[in-house]
Amino acid sequence: MSDFEPDILTFCCNWCSYAGADLAGVSRLQYPTNNRIIRVMCSSRIEPIHILEALKEGTDGILVTGCHIGDCHYIEGNIHTDERMKEIVDALEHLGLKDRLHLEWVSAAEGKKFQETNTDFVEKIRALGPNPLKEKAKEE
Amino acid sequence: MTEQEAITNEEPEELRIGAFICECGVNIAGAVDCYAVADYISTLPNVVTSVVNKYTCSDAGQAEIKNAIKDLNLNRVLVASCTPKTHEPIFRACVEEAGLNQYLFEFVNIREHCSWIHMWEKEDATRKAKELVRMGVARAALLEPLESSEVPVTNKALVIGAGVTGMQAAMDIGDMGFQVYLVEQGPSIGGKMAQLDKTFPTNDCSICILGPKMVEVARNENIEIMSYSEVEEVDGYVGNFKVKVKHKPRYLNIDECTGCGLCTEKCPVEVPYIEFNEGIGTRKAIYTPFPQAVPLRALVDKSICIDCGACIKACERGAIDMDQQETFSELDVGVIVVTAGYDVYDPEPNNDFGFGLYDNVITTMEFERLINASGPTMGKVVRPSDVKPPKRIGFVQCVGSRDQNSNIYCSSFCCMASLKNAQLLKEKYPETEVYIMYMDMRTPFRMYEEFYNRARDMGIRFIRGRPAEVTEDDDHNIIARIEDTLTNEIVNLELDLMVLSVGAVASESTETVRQILKVSKAADGFMMEAHPKLKPVDTTLDGIFIGGMTQGPKDIPYSISQGSACAARATRFLAQGKALTEGITAKVDEDICVGCGVCVPMCPFQALSVEDDKLKIITALCKGCGTCMAACPTGALNQSHFKNEQLLAQVKNVFAYGEV
Repeated sequence: MSDFEPDILTFCCNWCSYAGADLAGVSRLQYPTNNRIIRVMCSSRIEPIHILEALKEGTDGILVTGCHIGDCHYIEGNIHTDERMKEIVDALEHLGLKDRLHLEWVSAAEGKKFQETNTDFVEKIRALGPNPLKEKAKEE
Repeated sequence: MTEQEAITNEEPEELRIGAFICECGVNIAGAVDCYAVADYISTLPNVVTSVVNKYTCSDAGQAEIKNAIKDLNLNRVLVASCTPKTHEPIFRACVEEAGLNQYLFEFVNIREHCSWIHMWEKEDATRKAKELVRMGVARAALLEPLESSEVPVTNKALVIGAGVTGMQAAMDIGDMGFQVYLVEQGPSIGGKMAQLDKTFPTNDCSICILGPKMVEVARNENIEIMSYSEVEEVDGYVGNFKVKVKHKPRYLNIDECTGCGLCTEKCPVEVPYIEFNEGIGTRKAIYTPFPQAVPLRALVDKSICIDCGACIKACERGAIDMDQQETFSELDVGVIVVTAGYDVYDPEPNNDFGFGLYDNVITTMEFERLINASGPTMGKVVRPSDVKPPKRIGFVQCVGSRDQNSNIYCSSFCCMASLKNAQLLKEKYPETEVYIMYMDMRTPFRMYEEFYNRARDMGIRFIRGRPAEVTEDDDHNIIARIEDTLTNEIVNLELDLMVLSVGAVASESTETVRQILKVSKAADGFMMEAHPKLKPVDTTLDGIFIGGMTQGPKDIPYSISQGSACAARATRFLAQGKALTEGITAKVDEDICVGCGVCVPMCPFQALSVEDDKLKIITALCKGCGTCMAACPTGALNQSHFKNEQLLAQVKNVFAYGEV
């Protein structure tokens, strides 16, 4: 398992966490190379199908990030994100994949938090091992 | 598909993607092998050209993009460089100039999100960059042209907060010929600067330079001052903000009151004057804020009024109306400038340096009121415990600043403020011993270092170190125990009065306004600008600008500069009379929509409704967040530019599994 490098997808909202990721970069805060960022306008744009497809494709971990509650650029989008992610995690529990999805609020000023969240998540998924669907995805 | 449709349908356009990989000097090339990325991308489907630029955003880089669009018939352009936050508008404009719809441009961030965070892992960083661009190519193939809509701009401005920054912004916008609503929560304009005694580095009297400016604001025919008022709600977008303002009751008719003060004389209720005099001296239940207040009108503090009616009898003009209720105004404005100010750090909760425990430990703001000729002691500096003039005074720097236990940032103005107050003491009472206890004296900008030298020449003593322990003797003298790090000696400094040079924190009102407007908050709690260097007074929200202490601690000249900067940035929209809004909105496929209405309550902007079993979207109200479509059970809703197909293409194409 030692050479396993997890493939991580990170969803960022345009206003807070994407800017937080930018700040991590501007501050040269180093973290593992495993994550790939997809930008959406609001974290509430993310649908179950995006998560499920990513897992089906063999992605080892999915990190969803958005503005802190009360700070959403669209007033309460992240409240919907929070509710939806809980539901998706419940569904993933039946598939034994629930630990592969994580939600975290990161503000535009929290470059450090973005770095730490990504680093911790990579370590968590590394310990968890590869997504069981990965081999099948690779074959396709 | 029927046969007829098949015949009439146009042939699908052949995809021709051009990819431009930026080295950004060594910013990207230092950690990412850009040529390897370009080589790999050239092998992907639909990619016609894949080149490396030294600086893609430079004139030469942009010319290369435009030429390639024309020469190679590109219909999609991808740039892999820095963050869209700063550079997307530049490249969108570039492709539009070459005749391509701006939404057919795709941006991939391989600097902030790759080279800068993986500086010493070139192999992995290069692989990551390849996959990021690969994901971008997949998305680019599915991009669709969109139209930004041009919206008219209401040619009026709102300025929130009438301290010196807001006053400057309002005057500049007014002088450029546009109407300004200047909303101030307090009963007078002027802000914290009105409380100060003198101002550095020239030591001119604060209210003597601010007072005439306050009058000028009031006389400016384009400025409508709304004092004792607060912004409650803001709706809309650039050019078309709708603002609800609450006017708090003063319990008198502001048009009848002349500020003569007869009512105050007769009022029997007296309390410490906290709001302006920091609790030193008193005010009545009915009072005018201060002699130079604008507007110079009284107000009643109902929380302490005993309803004796003395003021009503005293007022010859019958201005007092104890039944007055709060009222509301609805304003239409095109732009908003936020200059909501700061609070001074409060050392009381932690009893910093004995504050709150010992009477003779005070803050800078209290000292300003003490030494101010129009303050409660008429400018006579006395110590609180026995009202005697202090002979030995010490200033402690960095209280609530540069401290892991409170705020880690430097408040920037406090060194100069203490130098100023120390000088004033020496001028007024030459025999007084004055000490400044500091970590570092910070005096940048014109005449500031000279000001510091002048203080040294005047005999003010500097001790490098801050009190480790503060105690009080039987005469209420303060004993500060300090390690002087220049002489390596422990000093027990006996002081009659100790002044804490308190820093700035984001005010409660700044936080309230920030939440109403949804402006980002920086790590220090103040409002965050769009870019720390290039857009220092813009926010990420079009049409909303921030200046002065709202954006972070700074001194008066810097604040005024930002006030003017806000005015200039904001007036661009007013002068043009129009603004472009993003083409990113919700779209509904009416053939699929069953009119269930699940999405309707999801929208925080009331853009959705169901009519005749079909969803109706008011595009002007839609802000393009995408919350609604994630709730749609049928898949009828989609978000332009962030369509399901586009997002799924990214999800499915990101990891190449050993191909790269």
